[in-house]
Amino acid sequence: MDMQVAKKKLGLKERYQVMTRGLDWTPSYQKMEDIYPYAAYEGIKIHDWDKWEDPFRLTMDAYWKYQAEKERKLYAIIDAYAQNNGHLNVTDARYLNAVKLFLTGISPLEYMAHRGFAHVGRQFPGAGPRVACLMQSIDEIRHAQTQIHSLSNYNKYYNGFHDFRHMLERVWYLSVPRSFFDDAVTAGPFEFMVAIGFSFEYVLTNLLFVPFVSGAAYNGDMGTMTFGFSAQSDEARHMTLGLEVIKFILEQDPDNLPIVQRWIDKWMWRGYRVLTLVGMMMDYMLPKRIMSWKEAWEVYFEENGGALFKDLARYGIRPPKWLDQISFDKDHISHQAWATFYQYGAAAAFNTWTPNDEEMDWLSQKYPNSFDKYYRPRLEYWREQAAQGKRFYNKTLPMLCQTCQIPMLFTEPGDPTKICYREVDYQGSKYHFCSDGCKEIFEYEPEKYVQAWLPVHQIYQGNCFPEGADPTAEGFDPLAEVLKYYHVEMGRDNLDFEGSEDQKNFDQWRGQATKNA
Amino acid sequence: MQIDLRTVAIKPLRQTFDHVARRIGGDKPASRYQEGTFDLQATANFQYRPTWDPEHEIFDAARTAIRMADWYAFRDPRQFYYGAYTLARAKQQDTAEANFDFVESRGLAAGLPAELTATVLKLLVPLRHVAWGANMNNASICAYGYGTAFSQPCIYHAMDQLGIAQYLTRVGLLFGDTDALDEGKRAWTADDAWQGLRRLVEDSFVVHDPFELFVVQNVVLDGLLYPLVFETIVDDVLSAGGGTAVAMLTQFMTDWFGETKKWVDATVKTAAAESAENRALLARWIVHWRDRAAAALLPVARIALGERSDEVVAEVVCQFNARLAKAGVEI
Amino acid sequence: MSTVFIALQTNEDTRPIIGAILDDNPHARLNEQPAMVKIDAEGRLVVRRSSIEERIGRDFDLQELHINLISLSGNIDESDDELTLSWGA
Repeated sequence: MDMQVAKKKLGLKERYQVMTRGLDWTPSYQKMEDIYPYAAYEGIKIHDWDKWEDPFRLTMDAYWKYQAEKERKLYAIIDAYAQNNGHLNVTDARYLNAVKLFLTGISPLEYMAHRGFAHVGRQFPGAGPRVACLMQSIDEIRHAQTQIHSLSNYNKYYNGFHDFRHMLERVWYLSVPRSFFDDAVTAGPFEFMVAIGFSFEYVLTNLLFVPFVSGAAYNGDMGTMTFGFSAQSDEARHMTLGLEVIKFILEQDPDNLPIVQRWIDKWMWRGYRVLTLVGMMMDYMLPKRIMSWKEAWEVYFEENGGALFKDLARYGIRPPKWLDQISFDKDHISHQAWATFYQYGAAAAFNTWTPNDEEMDWLSQKYPNSFDKYYRPRLEYWREQAAQGKRFYNKTLPMLCQTCQIPMLFTEPGDPTKICYREVDYQGSKYHFCSDGCKEIFEYEPEKYVQAWLPVHQIYQGNCFPEGADPTAEGFDPLAEVLKYYHVEMGRDNLDFEGSEDQKNFDQWRGQATKNA
Repeated sequence: MQIDLRTVAIKPLRQTFDHVARRIGGDKPASRYQEGTFDLQATANFQYRPTWDPEHEIFDAARTAIRMADWYAFRDPRQFYYGAYTLARAKQQDTAEANFDFVESRGLAAGLPAELTATVLKLLVPLRHVAWGANMNNASICAYGYGTAFSQPCIYHAMDQLGIAQYLTRVGLLFGDTDALDEGKRAWTADDAWQGLRRLVEDSFVVHDPFELFVVQNVVLDGLLYPLVFETIVDDVLSAGGGTAVAMLTQFMTDWFGETKKWVDATVKTAAAESAENRALLARWIVHWRDRAAAALLPVARIALGERSDEVVAEVVCQFNARLAKAGVEI
Repeated sequence: MSTVFIALQTNEDTRPIIGAILDDNPHARLNEQPAMVKIDAEGRLVVRRSSIEERIGRDFDLQELHINLISLSGNIDESDDELTLSWGA
């Protein structure tokens, strides 16, 4: 062989092949089913892992190079933002409450995604998907950390951020995102991929990141904008992985179709329920609004998701169940959720408020079919009450849905004046649901959902008081004790924005910045 | 409205997150490593048990026989969080790329004595499969280990091992062709010289205790393999025979081992210092897997060292024992 | 025909990329939002390495797109020279 002849340069696809799949071999000293023990129990049939189509073909050298460049940029901005007191540039301190919800509710899930993808990245018997999952695993720890590092500066000056990890495992509304992710991680590896890789990353993540992060930019929050867009640049790879997984599973065996369809139905509904929190952030918590929840849903779900499901129809996949209800509800859920948080504003780790007139007009304009008719009068009433010194706080704990863990605040399909209740008897107990979707998810796997750690049940069972609290003692104040257990500081983290410490500090600091001392 | 906010001196309400403050002895400025590590993993009020492992919670310290009062006693001396990690690797990657360019542009691979080229291909190419196994095992430790302080470095380690497998692939492509990769895999799955090592790697895939797996892979196997192959065979023996180019191409591995063993040693040291039981268990694991690994590496060493193999492997084992003694495990 | 899209951050790096995409895909629509652009196209969208290189006057690796990419939709096909987004239906 003449060594001087220039070697044929491998193309991107071939090169990636030898750099990943070529590394694997068929074991003979241990059995495949012992090495990959979780690959079969869900009933998904894979005949040929080599048919896997790699999404983006990044080898580690390129990965390190591009990711380091992103990190350099990101941390330079985080540092500059902190040094220049960038937080005083946000439109209004109310905005920060959306970011609090993000840090307490979303960032810890990025961490869960990191561990979850490490798990499936170990367990798939195919080398191609394994590498893609591990790359997502390391990206996800990036997202958790860049969010924590960006928001660390807010924590120094504002309340509600200070004990986010403790809160996630305890506070009532945070059990909504948490149970969503725990549900996915405790499912089998294929269901995890359909739940997180496909339904969440591919179909729903745009709704979380793009409008919210663009909204952050619009509200002067360069810190959030930067980590948001920087994380989103990894998302493009993750979304592609999610889509490839679905196509791969469906192409492998016709028996996989009904299983995958059921997972799509379940996880679209689960994800949609979690996104209620995002809808509320967009419509109520951003002082300068970029688009309504309804508009975002139309662009990112109805249009894009529609195109996606049309594409998947060739495999026999139909659009997810309960779309009629979802389509009707887009006029309602953000208003219903904010009203709930307003009432329970004493038990939340962020401030709540009623929208001002200009904001109400914006909501009327964006929601002509629903806002003035159903939601404005209640907000105006609460505003009047608050002006008279009677700010309404609901002290009766709400009933929670056994599946999504959201309080029973949603209404009947087609009737926004009637709360929707569903129930199931299972092994001698009654279980409650917010919707047909959540009820059906429970009925398929009751043995899983009966395990749920429901915050309200736990409070009533006496499991949410600090060590040493005595509920039988004279003058025992359950709410105060629960807040201590949550590490929510009464009067600082919670209650109305009007009169809050964040409001006062922000005004004072900004005043210092704009006036001569 | 853009205002000059820099001129405002405002006093922060707090320096760091409460869970970090509880670990660093009060509210003081915390490092990015600390804020990006402490308590990130959930520990309480899990919602459901894994359908794939109903005996355990999603994260469960009972998956290992090692007992720790606090799993955040572990510290990565490199203080790697994702940003610090990728910046460090990108820098090393620049060097590696420059080295590959240097060797390629000057035709140094083609200029190597044929015998040396054959040794390089026979020895280094099958090792890409060992690195791939190490990638899987570190994914496993990361997934099932307890506490971010212990699990976090393992995902970095997993991706490093994938990177190493890819560098070794490039070495194969540079000195041979895709045929060389096929031949390496054939040897890995069929030649006697590799079967002891392949059996060990496949056996490691079914080790379920994440800390034991850490010992098998990161302490023992890498702890013998890297000093033997990269520090001794490549850097000394091949270089002396005119193969300096090879040492340039594996510089990443040598530097990487030097760096990562500080973390591996710190981890062993912390677990061993915790209790006599931990120490005894670590010693048992280490001795068992060390003896297997040393035996498995002997025929691999012969590819390059011939008759000197026993002596060199014995020396590597001796250094390994000394290293572990320093980390608090007498074996 | 369904719409595919690619969303990019707006900055100095992406200006020539956006220009190249719009030139190579006359049917695409530019949708500007705070700090980002979304480029929508019926059916198919192509990002060509050579077109970007012409504009920036240096070699460009399509994987550099990852640095400023925000989101995309459609099936992806990636080669050394082109990145294509498409819907089959």
